[in-house]
Amino acid sequence: MNADTLFQPLLLSVQLAAITTIVLMIIATPIAWWLAQTSSRWKTLVQTTVALPIVLPPTVMGFYLLIVLGPGGAIGSWWVELTGNALTFSFAGLVVASCLYSLPFAVQPLVVGFESLGQRNLEAAWTLGASKIDAFFSVALPLSVRGYLSAVVLSFAHTLGEFGVVLMVGGNIPGETRVISIAIYDQVESLNYQAAHQLSALLLVVAFIALFSMFFVNRKWRTQ
Amino acid sequence: MNAASTVHVRYTLQRPEFTLDVELDLPLRGISGVFGASGAGKTSLLRCIAGLERPATGKLVVAGDVWQDDESNIWRAVHERDIGYVFQEPRLFAHLDVRRNIEYGLRRREHNGAPDIDHVIGLLGIERLLGRKPDELSGGEAQRVAIARALLCAPRFVLMDEPLASLDQERKEEILPFLDRLHAEGDVPIIYVSHNIDEVSRLCDHLVVIDGGRVVADGDVQSVLVRTDLPILAGREAGSVIQGAVESYDDADDLTGLRCSGGNLWVPGNAGQTGATVRLRIRASDVSLCRSRPDNSTILNIVPAQVDAIESDAGPSALVRLAMGEDRIIARVTRRSIRELELREGDEVFAQIKSVAVRAP
Repeated sequence: MNADTLFQPLLLSVQLAAITTIVLMIIATPIAWWLAQTSSRWKTLVQTTVALPIVLPPTVMGFYLLIVLGPGGAIGSWWVELTGNALTFSFAGLVVASCLYSLPFAVQPLVVGFESLGQRNLEAAWTLGASKIDAFFSVALPLSVRGYLSAVVLSFAHTLGEFGVVLMVGGNIPGETRVISIAIYDQVESLNYQAAHQLSALLLVVAFIALFSMFFVNRKWRTQ
Repeated sequence: MNAASTVHVRYTLQRPEFTLDVELDLPLRGISGVFGASGAGKTSLLRCIAGLERPATGKLVVAGDVWQDDESNIWRAVHERDIGYVFQEPRLFAHLDVRRNIEYGLRRREHNGAPDIDHVIGLLGIERLLGRKPDELSGGEAQRVAIARALLCAPRFVLMDEPLASLDQERKEEILPFLDRLHAEGDVPIIYVSHNIDEVSRLCDHLVVIDGGRVVADGDVQSVLVRTDLPILAGREAGSVIQGAVESYDDADDLTGLRCSGGNLWVPGNAGQTGATVRLRIRASDVSLCRSRPDNSTILNIVPAQVDAIESDAGPSALVRLAMGEDRIIARVTRRSIRELELREGDEVFAQIKSVAVRAP
């Protein structure tokens, strides 16, 4: 097995996880902020919807996504019109699917962080002349770094390890949608156990390092 | 009062525990105290003024500028109200050091003109703390930083919500002198909420008493404190505030002689330069009454006075309000003594004042 077949799937996985994480932080921030602040009756509904990917089998999510993102689906047809390419079985489609799939892992830690922040610091900021947006960026955000750290690592690691949704929406196109978990499955299917070993070990090490650094940094901050 | 120099406040706010229903004109100078028991609605009143609470109906006019009027749909959001707010807890921003905490409001209220940072830092004695993070400060230091932060956004007035309530006695004593200095400078008007009668006696010029969400007394601190008819002011801490002028200092005995409108008083220590005006706090429990001038007493301060009012409740004691020249002081005596001395309104008596607390005015 050459280096390319070993590292290309890993690189693709890392790319997917990184882009998904960045997009997720932008999407999850307002959702989590709203959830932490609101007493609206829609709160429970939104909470439930956001948490669904935790309990649903990836195949169920993948199936619905395949339909919605497909060239005949609501989002898929719009994407075809916009770019000329299908969203399914493409890298862009994987990003969309991963964002939905990992959404709860980004939202939950942020909600916890925002809730523990409380109203007190915000009220102080407002009385010092900060508008609500200003107070969010100058006080709430920097005081929630730990929530963001957890959200980033969990979203990244969860996307790195996803399999079912990717298989359903993205298939197995080398360099486009063949991420590392798919590549492992592929190697095992064709009884290439040595390659499967190498890929698995690689993923194991990457996942371990990611989680370890989160816990390490977190602990360092706590003792400071 | 002239509308240009007052904060006009009118609020009704429904809460499960009480209904706040107040209409007030607070002077935009000196320190105005809002006194009342816990749960009387004092904090809610401050939060309404700050815009942190939006009551059912409200009106707020600051020196002629309408900040809030529900009848004409005028509403300034919190950050658009030029106030400083000192909460019960310091609420410093943990991610910023002390310097950046106190500069937070400064940068956002530049339109108010540049306050003298070094002056405020010196006034509150926080020079040495500037580089520290909030979690490296003691409770008293943190609250001083919070006061500096509120002053530095150059507000029209500062709201203080029991700024000493979360501190122990020692820490309170650490901060009170800084509040005295702030009061003496008088640059920025303060609305000061407290349930501690000693604090308001010491700091305030104007006093509003709130009970059950309503204003029960409103006036200058001297006249409100002697309202013996108000149960909330008749507690163990009851007392009066009067003013005196320093006349002489007796070096040998370490006593200062003061001239008050009703007579001369001796107070311990050197109370200030000759001619300086000082504020005296006389607790009701430190005053006793005699029909004739006692001549063998260890008590130095014996002043002729006239009984102005007698207020007794169900307990063993009664509060007697006395006219001492222009001043009013109150004495706590037993109901039995009143009966045995046959004290009545208008009677001439001698007030023995056992101790006097002196503050700069």
